[in-house]
Amino acid sequence: MSAATTGQPTAGQRLAGFGRMLVSPRGAVFLLLIVLLVAIALLNPSFAEPSQFIRFVQRVAPVAIVAIGQYFVIVGGEFDLSMGSVVTAQVVIAGNLIGQDEAKSLPVLAFMLVFGAFIGLINGLIVTLLKVPSFIATLGMMLALLGATLYWTGGAATGNPADGFREIGRGGIRGLPVIEILPWSVVVLAVVLLVAIWFARRPFGRTIIALGDNPTTARYSGTRNWWVKTSTFIISSLSATVAGVLLVGYAGVHPSVGRGYEFTAITAVVLGGVVLGGGRGWVVAAAAGAFALEALFTLLNFAGVPSTYRDAVQGAIIIIAVAYAATTVRARRKGRALEAPTIPPTPSPEPAPQTSPAPAEEQDAAASARPAPIPSTQRADNETKGGS
Amino acid sequence: MSAATATSARRGRRRRLDASLIVGIALVGVIIIGAILVASVGRNFFSAGNIRDILTGMSVLGFVAIGQTLVILCASLDLSVPYVVSLSSLIAADMMAGDPANIPVAVLAVLVVAALIGLANGLIVTKLKVNGFIATLGTGLIIKGYLDTNYKGTSGEVPWEFQLIGATGIGPVPVSTLIMLAVALAGAFFLARTRTGNHMFAVGGDEQVARLSGIRTARPVIVAHMLCSITAAFAGLLLASRLGVGSPTVGTQGGYDLLSIAAVVLGGTLLMGGRGSIWGTIGGVAIFAVVDNVMSVMQVNPFLKDVVRGIVIVAAVAVYTSRSLDRRRPRFGSGAAEPERPGDQDAAPPAVAHEKEASA
Amino acid sequence: MRRRYAVASAMVGALALIALAGCTTDPNVAAPSDDAGTTEEAVEWFDQELYDKQYAERSVVPEGPEGQPWLQYINAEMTDTSAYAGTGAKKACFANASISNPWRQTGWITMNQQLQVLQEAGVISEMETRDAQDSDDTQIADIDYFINEGNCDIFIISPNSTAAMTPAVERACDTGKPVVVFDRGVQTDCPVTFIHPIGGFAWGIDTAEFLIEELEPGSKVVALRILPGVDVLEQRWAAAEKLFSENDIEAVDYFTGADPAEIKKIISDELAKGDVDGVWMDAGDGAVAAIEAFEDAGVDYPVMTGEDEMSFLRKWKETGLTGLAPVYSNFQWRTPLLAAQKIFAGEEIPKEWVLPQSPITAEEVDQYLEANDGMPDGHYAKFGGEDLPGYPQVWQDRVIP
Repeated sequence: MSAATTGQPTAGQRLAGFGRMLVSPRGAVFLLLIVLLVAIALLNPSFAEPSQFIRFVQRVAPVAIVAIGQYFVIVGGEFDLSMGSVVTAQVVIAGNLIGQDEAKSLPVLAFMLVFGAFIGLINGLIVTLLKVPSFIATLGMMLALLGATLYWTGGAATGNPADGFREIGRGGIRGLPVIEILPWSVVVLAVVLLVAIWFARRPFGRTIIALGDNPTTARYSGTRNWWVKTSTFIISSLSATVAGVLLVGYAGVHPSVGRGYEFTAITAVVLGGVVLGGGRGWVVAAAAGAFALEALFTLLNFAGVPSTYRDAVQGAIIIIAVAYAATTVRARRKGRALEAPTIPPTPSPEPAPQTSPAPAEEQDAAASARPAPIPSTQRADNETKGGS
Repeated sequence: MSAATATSARRGRRRRLDASLIVGIALVGVIIIGAILVASVGRNFFSAGNIRDILTGMSVLGFVAIGQTLVILCASLDLSVPYVVSLSSLIAADMMAGDPANIPVAVLAVLVVAALIGLANGLIVTKLKVNGFIATLGTGLIIKGYLDTNYKGTSGEVPWEFQLIGATGIGPVPVSTLIMLAVALAGAFFLARTRTGNHMFAVGGDEQVARLSGIRTARPVIVAHMLCSITAAFAGLLLASRLGVGSPTVGTQGGYDLLSIAAVVLGGTLLMGGRGSIWGTIGGVAIFAVVDNVMSVMQVNPFLKDVVRGIVIVAAVAVYTSRSLDRRRPRFGSGAAEPERPGDQDAAPPAVAHEKEASA
Repeated sequence: MRRRYAVASAMVGALALIALAGCTTDPNVAAPSDDAGTTEEAVEWFDQELYDKQYAERSVVPEGPEGQPWLQYINAEMTDTSAYAGTGAKKACFANASISNPWRQTGWITMNQQLQVLQEAGVISEMETRDAQDSDDTQIADIDYFINEGNCDIFIISPNSTAAMTPAVERACDTGKPVVVFDRGVQTDCPVTFIHPIGGFAWGIDTAEFLIEELEPGSKVVALRILPGVDVLEQRWAAAEKLFSENDIEAVDYFTGADPAEIKKIISDELAKGDVDGVWMDAGDGAVAAIEAFEDAGVDYPVMTGEDEMSFLRKWKETGLTGLAPVYSNFQWRTPLLAAQKIFAGEEIPKEWVLPQSPITAEEVDQYLEANDGMPDGHYAKFGGEDLPGYPQVWQDRVIP
C-alpha cells in the first residue's frame, strides 16, 4: 500500500516496500495470488508460458473490472448487489440491439454506457435520498432488472451480436512476440485499473474513503454526501457495463452470463483486504482479489478436484484468507484499539490528507475530518456496516 | 449497569412497538390493495384456501427470518441459511427413514448439527474477526460442497406422522404457521427479557461502547448465529415435512438468504444492527407472502413477478426509513452512520405512510 | 514476536474451526447414508431396468398419427377414461415448475398456442397457471391452492422434482378429477396419464454411442453438465458415463450452471492441460461457448453432442464439425392439453405416454435449420408447433404469456 501511494520513492524503497507489503496483512492477497499462481504453474507448467498466462488475464478481466467497480462502492460504506444483473442486462442489450448489424455497434455501446450510468444513478438516489440501505436498494434492483431483462427477451436473447463487437472481448492484437496475442480485454483491464488508481488518488476518490470511514465527519467537513455516494454507484454500474461488453465477446449472449458476479466481486474485494463498511482499502488489492479468486478456480480445475468439492474448498480458503488479514491487524493493534483513532498507525495514505498533494479546498475538507468534534467511529476491522 | 440496561430495554420496547406499527400499517395497506386486485379477477382474497396459501407461504421464510433478525440485530449477516435448511431437511428425512419412532432423535440431531454450524459461524465472526457476510458465505459454500458431494437428489423418507405438521391446519391456519408464531413469540421474549437478548441490541448498536459498558461482546453474537441456524433448521424440518423427503436444493430454491434479509429490513430492523424487532420481521414476511399470493392469483408473468418483488422491497423500505429512521438519535454515541435530518422531526401520520405504500 | 505468535495461533484456530465445521456434520449424516448405500458417483442414478427399457424404446416405431409426433406413443398400455367424459368447455389448472430455461420457455409458448386452438374448439374454457419458479415448496402450495380454490376440471402438473411432489399429486388425485403429469414423473400411478419422451438414459445412450463411434479408444471427452441433483439430467450423465467407462473413453465432468463464460473457462483449462477430443453436454444451452473455446485456442473442433437448440444447430452448420443434436422432445408441451381433450371425450389414452425422442443427425440439420429460419437462438428445433396459430411469428417474437 505504501509503495503505491507515498509520493515518488526510489526503486530500492519501492522494492523494500513491496516486500513489506507482501507479508503485511494488507498484502496478504498478493501473497495468496503468488502462491496460487505458482501452484498452478507447478501442476501445469504450460500455464506459466506467456501466451497461456495472458489468456488467463483475459479471462479474469471482466471479474476484475467488476471488482474494481465494487471497490468504490464498498470503500464508500455500501454494497452493490445489482452488478450481476447489470452485466446480464448489458449482455442481452448488446445481443438484441446490435444483432448482426456491425454499424450499430457504436450507438448501442453509447446507449449501454448511458443505461449503465442511469441504473447507477437510480441506485445511488434510492440510497442517498430515500435512505434505503444499499443492500436492500441494490437487491431490489437486482431482482427488478433481471426480471425485466428476461421479460423483454422471453428468457433467451435473439442471438449473439456482430462479430466485430464481440472482438473486444474475444480478440486482440495478434502476431506479437512472446505473448502471441494481446487480448483487448487485457488492454481494457489495464486502462480501467489505471483510471481507477488515478481516480482513487484524486481528491474525489479520497472523499469517498473519508465518507465510508466516517460519514458524520465527512458531512461536517462539507462533503456533498449524496453526490459522492451516488457517483460510486454510477462507477460500479459503468464497470459492470464494461464487464458486460467484454463478456458478450468472451462468452456470448445468455441470461446466465453475469449471474453471481455481485458475490464474486464482493468476495474478491474483501479478499483484497478492503473493509466491508467502508473507509479502508486499496483498489489494486481489490483487483488482485479477483485474480486470486479466479486463480483458485483454475487451480481447482487443474488439480482435478471433483466438481462437487470445489465450493467447499473455495469457502474454506475465503474464510482463512480473510481471517488471516483480520486477526493479524487485530493482533497488531491490540491494546490501542480504544484510544487510537480509526486511522491505522501504519502510514496509511487515505485519511491522511496532511501529507497528500490534494488541492486546497479538498484538503481543508478532509483535514477537518481529524479534529472534528465527533470522534471517529471505533470499529473492529472487518465489521459489517450495512448502509446509510 | 443494570439501571442502564433497564432504561435501554424500555426505550427499546417503545421503539419496537413503533417499528412494528408502521410495518403493520404497510401490511394492512398491502392486504387492502391485494384484496381489491384479487376481487377484480373474481376471486375471494379472504377465502379459507387463499388464507391458507398465504400463511403457508409465510411459515418457512418466517422461521428463517426470525433467526436472521437476531443476527442482523448484532450487526452481522447469515448467508449460509439456505444450505442449513437443505442439510436439515436431508438429515431429518434420512434419520427418520419412514419410521415415526425415529422422529425425536432425528429432530434432536438436526438441531444439534444446526447449533454447531451456528457456533462455527459465530466463532469465525467474533474470534477470527471475519465479517458475517464473508464468514457465512464461506460456511455456506462448505456446506454446499458437502451436500453436492454426498447427496444425489432427494433422499430419505419422512413418516406420515411428521408430514402431518406440514399438511394439517386448524381451520385455515396451518399448524406450521402456529409453530412459527410460537417461535417468534419466544424470540421476542428472548430479546426483551433476557440479558443476552438485551446485549444483542447493545452489541449491534456499537460494539466498542458495549464493551466499555462491561458487556462480553462475543457471546451475544455467537448466540445469535446459533439461534439463526437453529431457526433455519426448523425451516428445514418443516420443508421435509411438506416434501416428504429431504432435498439438497430446497434451501437454495427458496432464495432464503437474501429474501430473509430483505424481510428483516422490511420489518424495520436496521441492517447495521442495534435496532429492530421480531414482530416487524413477521410483518415483513407477511407482506412478501401477500404480494406473492396476489401475483400468483393474478397469474402474473413469472419474470414480472421478480420486477414487482424488487420494487416492493425498495418501496416498502423507503417508506419505512423516510418515516421513522431519521428522527431518532443514534442509540449509542455516534456509532450509527445516518445523520439526523432535523427538518423531518415530526412523525408522519399513519395515513400518509399508507398512501405512499399504496402508490408503491 | 508477539504479533507473529498471535498470527500463528489465529491461523491454527481458523484451521481447527474449518475442520470443526466439516466434522460436526459428518457423524450425524453418516448414519442415514448406511441405507442410502454408497456415495460413489452416478451409481445411485443408474437404474439398469429403466436403462434397458429406454434402450429398447429407442428403436420402437411409435404408434399414432403420422407426422404428429406429439400424439404418438411407444409401447403403450391404454387406459380407459370414460369416467371423466363430459360435455362443454372445462377448466384446466396447470401447476408449472418454472419457465427458467429456454427449453421450458419454448414449450410454454407452444402450450399456449395449443390452448388457443382448444379454447376455440370449445374443449377448454380457460387454463389457470401457477408458476412455482423452480421451488418444490411453492409448487406444493400451488397444487393445494388449486385443490381448494381452483374449481379445476383437470389438473396438469409439470413436477419440479419427483419424490417431493408425490404427496401433493396424490392429494390432487384424491379430488376425483383427472390428473395429467408431464416431463418429470412422480412416484405414484394415480395420475390418469404420465406424458414424457423416452427419457434421460436414451439421451445418454444416443450421445455416448455417437462419441464412442466417432472417437478412438482412449480419447478424452469433457462432459459439461448444468447442475447436480436433477433426475432428468442425472440420468443422461449416468448412462453416458457408464458407456464411456465401458468403452475406454476418458470423461471428466463439470457443472457449469449453463453459464457460457464458465463453459469457456472450463474448456480453456482442459485444452491447456492437454488434448480434448470430444465434448458431451447434458443440455445444449451454452454449446456455442464450448465450440468458441476451441476456436480461440486455435485447435481442431471436437466431436460434439449438443441439443436441438437453434444456437447449437447454427454453429454446427457454420463450423461443419462432427456433431449430434440429441433431443428432449420439446413438443411434449402440446400433449397434456391434447390428452385433456381425449380425457373429456372419454377416449382411451396411454397410461404412460412415451413420446418419440430421436436425435437430429448431420443429414437432418439443414432441414431443421430451414424449417426454423428466423427463430431466436434459444428456440428448439423440435418444438412441434408448425401447425398452430401464430406460427412462426409468436415463436420468433418469443413473448412469454
